[in-house]
Amino acid sequence: MATKKFMFVNRKAPYGTAYALESLEVVLISAAFEQDVSLAFIDDGVYQITKGQDTTGIGQKNFSNTYKALGDYEVNKLYVEKESLEERGLTQDDLMDLVWEDEDEDWTEKPSIIMVSRSEMADVMAEQEVTLSF
Amino acid sequence: MALELDGQSIELDEEGYLVDLSAWTPEIAKALASGEDVELTDEHWDIINFLREYYEEYQIAPAVRVLTKAVGKRLGKDKGNSKYLYSLFPYGPGKQACKYAGLPKPTGCV
Repeated sequence: MATKKFMFVNRKAPYGTAYALESLEVVLISAAFEQDVSLAFIDDGVYQITKGQDTTGIGQKNFSNTYKALGDYEVNKLYVEKESLEERGLTQDDLMDLVWEDEDEDWTEKPSIIMVSRSEMADVMAEQEVTLSF
Repeated sequence: MALELDGQSIELDEEGYLVDLSAWTPEIAKALASGEDVELTDEHWDIINFLREYYEEYQIAPAVRVLTKAVGKRLGKDKGNSKYLYSLFPYGPGKQACKYAGLPKPTGCV
């Protein structure tokens, strides 16, 4: 199967709507078909990968740990828009430490999160063959 | 569907996966396997236990490709290949091992 560059654009908070979880499931399916998958986190989407999520109060499954499995699926380009973090009073320290292991370098852990500005994000999006927005 | 075990009825979905993941016990794994004429060996248990730990940590059942790579890393390269995994789970390591481990069908498994 031909490999295409897929980008999944996440703009919604993790809970309250099904968008985040639906996106994550499609990401895992696309990656299982060995596509070149990257993710973008913009607007409230940045909350999807924040640390210390606790869903006990809303009675929903906390799926934040599933983002940590993305590295196993070779999904290791997670673009986060700096402006979206700043507008919400967040920094990269508020995000989970998402990494992937490089099999060719004795499983060395490497960061998956790539901080980009709004204009850099536009450039990354322009390079994609398929862009899906959630 | 349901699995009858020690006088209890354990609910399964239409493909034979446990409906209530928290109801899993090793005995259920053995019963599900024997229903498919598989006797679970230590080698099977290595994979089943790995899958349960993976699910506990990440809340998903890994795709076969991910399982293969992870097994290679944890249990050695000689086991991290689909030939070995298919020798244990001929119906597909993802589907069959996840079923015995009491996990949902792997995401991305068709």
